[in-house]
Amino acid sequence: MADNSKAAPAPKENMGQPIARYEARQKVMGGKIYSSDLPVPGKKAYAWMVTSTIAKGRVTGIDETAAKAVPGVLMIMTHKNRPALGDIASFLKGGMFVTDNNTLSGPTIEHEGQPVAMVVAETFEGAREAAHKLKVGYAAESPSATFESPGVTTRPMGEINPRYKPVKFKDAAAALAGSAHRVDAEYSTPIQHHNSMELYSTTAYWDDGKLVLHEPSQFVWGLRKGAAAQMKMDEDNVRVKSPFVGGAFGGKGAITVRTALAALAARQLKRPVELVATRAQGFTISGNRQETQHKISLGCDAQGKLTGYDHSMWEFTSRVTPYNNGGLDNCAAMYDFGAVSGQNYIVQGDRNVPNFMRSPAEVPNIYALESAMNELAAAANIDPVAFRKMNDTRVNVTNGAPYTSRSVNACWDAAAASFGWDKRNPEPGSMRDGDWLIGWGCAMATYPTQMAPSAAKIVLRKNGTALIEVAAHDVGTGCYTIAAQAAGERLGIDPSRITVQMGDSRLPPGPISGGSISTASVTSAICDGCDRLLTSLGLTADDAKASDSADRLAAALARSGRPVAEATGAWAPIGAPDDAIDRLYDGGLVFVGGAGEKRTMFAFGAEMVEVRINARTREIRVPRMVGAFAAGRIMNPRTAHSQYMGGMIWGMASALLEATEIDHKRARYTNDNIAEYHLAVNADIPDVDVIMVPEVDDEINILGVKGIGELSNVGTAAAITDAVWHATGKRVRDLPVTIDKII
Amino acid sequence: MTDHKPHRGPTRRTVLKGGVAAGAAPLAFQAAQAQDAPAAPNVQKRDVTLTVNGQDRALNIDTRASLLDTLRNDLELTGSKKGCDHGQCGACTVHVNGERVLSCLTLAATVEGKAITTIEGLADGDDALHPMQQAFVDNDAFQCGYCTPGQIMSAIACVREGHADTDAEIREYMSGNLCRCAAYPNIVAAVKQAAPKVGRA
Ligand code: FES
Ligand code: FES
Repeated sequence: MADNSKAAPAPKENMGQPIARYEARQKVMGGKIYSSDLPVPGKKAYAWMVTSTIAKGRVTGIDETAAKAVPGVLMIMTHKNRPALGDIASFLKGGMFVTDNNTLSGPTIEHEGQPVAMVVAETFEGAREAAHKLKVGYAAESPSATFESPGVTTRPMGEINPRYKPVKFKDAAAALAGSAHRVDAEYSTPIQHHNSMELYSTTAYWDDGKLVLHEPSQFVWGLRKGAAAQMKMDEDNVRVKSPFVGGAFGGKGAITVRTALAALAARQLKRPVELVATRAQGFTISGNRQETQHKISLGCDAQGKLTGYDHSMWEFTSRVTPYNNGGLDNCAAMYDFGAVSGQNYIVQGDRNVPNFMRSPAEVPNIYALESAMNELAAAANIDPVAFRKMNDTRVNVTNGAPYTSRSVNACWDAAAASFGWDKRNPEPGSMRDGDWLIGWGCAMATYPTQMAPSAAKIVLRKNGTALIEVAAHDVGTGCYTIAAQAAGERLGIDPSRITVQMGDSRLPPGPISGGSISTASVTSAICDGCDRLLTSLGLTADDAKASDSADRLAAALARSGRPVAEATGAWAPIGAPDDAIDRLYDGGLVFVGGAGEKRTMFAFGAEMVEVRINARTREIRVPRMVGAFAAGRIMNPRTAHSQYMGGMIWGMASALLEATEIDHKRARYTNDNIAEYHLAVNADIPDVDVIMVPEVDDEINILGVKGIGELSNVGTAAAITDAVWHATGKRVRDLPVTIDKII
Repeated sequence: MTDHKPHRGPTRRTVLKGGVAAGAAPLAFQAAQAQDAPAAPNVQKRDVTLTVNGQDRALNIDTRASLLDTLRNDLELTGSKKGCDHGQCGACTVHVNGERVLSCLTLAATVEGKAITTIEGLADGDDALHPMQQAFVDNDAFQCGYCTPGQIMSAIACVREGHADTDAEIREYMSGNLCRCAAYPNIVAAVKQAAPKVGRA
């Protein structure tokens, strides 16, 4: 038997078994488990979107002659002949859509890549050819592309978000003025795109007046609700199927314009229509991480005790729908800052609407804060790990709310021991190996522990198997697997005897798969359902824990005279509004967690990296990374290991490789493909050492679970830039760290 | 306070601004989609027999159809995945006469008479996984699994080509297959585990 102990680590305290993924066999056998694989009734037609080549202006005319002449063309839809649609609203305005600009709403162009037409044909090849032959005329105006562009609008966040409050705790300016050491620095992060491997696809068909959508989604109930409103239908007449999602990272949570296009075409043509956004179109229809700029002042006294922290953050967004992340309140909770002030600004231009992308606020904000922490530690001549430990806190200093658990120091110890941090010579440029300049850097990882209401139905059968139904989602996270593990443990059934159904809007509502909330929320609802089921059979938790639990369940079911036993659980986190479960069933969004009024809930980690920079060519390699993480109960160390590892690699790529470049004159993305947008490839990837530090938190939810999907890609960039400084003496404060910046 | 916006030195983006702005903005550029298209207007259909996973499948296909689209749309073999349609990601990797090819860049009409193997053709029935498939399961060499069919087809070829002797070699020869979930180290472990059973060609 091969040794798989690295990929499937043995459980430590408060961890479940590292069982293989529920769907592992289907994934290696090419099973039809993604929405674009699902069979449809009848012969599909193929749709192709035509998207705007200008960023601002108007469509002046569309010449369809050549496109119509392509054999097999079935329809061309533009703003002129698009059937009526219901109103839509973006997340910012309480809706489910990426943008507030409805599908093919008119001739006005608000960003590059805005769909202006759809062509549908008998074949994929025909649709593509006709789409390329559609002649779209534009009257272009000069767009505002990014921060430095003329015509952008800069505003304090409060002007667009009435609930926004700048962070203020004591007098940061005065505290900074009296500091023994201080850092005043500016940091910036680039435009980045989710680029999950699965494209944004929708297949729509109508069945007796009902609409069925096969679409990869992080929120099938939300998609159903939004699509029903847009199609002016009853929600009950819309069904969304998304059994497994081929990567999402935030890009498949909000509804894009493509869904209605496919639905309209299928209705008109009376047959299934498949619409797959091209990789390039995916860069503009579903949002992205916007570019940010930060100005930070951070000070400490002569002993290294933090005195004051001032952070201003600017993020770029769209003119029409100013989506934003904000998030400085989370930064303010991180350390024992003597005084804090924080202010968010938004800068609007002629760009597509941004969207959630893996650790939306944390990746840029914590990168900036942790970079400043590293710089200040160096200025005070204190080891950066020791510096963080001496400024550790048990409460959010800005409001006094205690952390429910915070094991970051244990993470630092575990990471340092594995990495060999004690052998670091603090002097920059001191650790050379031949032609290679070696640098070691570190940073803290953190992510708020958030939760949402969820329901779940549990069915127990006479043959001793069980079924779980919940409209949750598996975007690669292992959600089916941990659902079976949670129910198995609660009922006393082996998880291999449990069937799980997810990703279908006909199932009881689950949370959006975003904000790292799924495991905490879904397992809580499952536990609630299992408890109700046991009670209905006259059993208790002790029966489920007994070694003969299966017999006890079978006997109780037989006694009950019922053909099956079933129960529906519904759970809402502490602090959620009273009507949280109703809102859940209405397809609404309720999030609780992070820096709250009474409790502060975060997961933490410590990351250490080694970079090697070639003294002659400045090539940057990352031979090893170590990350130690503590996030409450770990349901499955195998799937958790993959999430942590994948996150650290993501973080590395975000620091060294990933940037969407923009043409400043035309406000168009210039590398909207995955050859020129550099994702990490296998040869870029070092030895990644993931350490799971045991942590128990019984205040947060039923099983004490914190979210881990977005934890480990936070902080990595600050660790990398610190290592680059340690190797070369050069601080790069503008990501990504490309060779030109360290010559 | 708003004028405190940081000011930065030249970056790739600001350099680009200078570069591209120097060119004129021809109106023709805005109709680029129309001008890019190939001139040939007529659909040409062709009868072909493709040998996929040991079975002959007779088809009447558009001569422009890629092998990937033919597998997915005409043969209902949806295991091979489309991640880019441009030869940039490897999700569509299949074997043609035992060698790995990108099916999105292969015209279906050009592989008539050749042995095509897809992810669906690897396992021996429903029970016996191919050693590479089993190794991917054992090493959790995926999260979302969308890149996995392509990774596995590439991995088998990587071993057969004799490119699996060291970790560094595996990494290099598996670098045409992108994985956004970044299962890379586990993929390397899986290839190592399966290599002795797969063997060189
Ligand atoms: S789909 Fe063929 S390489 Fe990406
Ligand atoms: S497993 Fe998700 S892209 Fe590779």
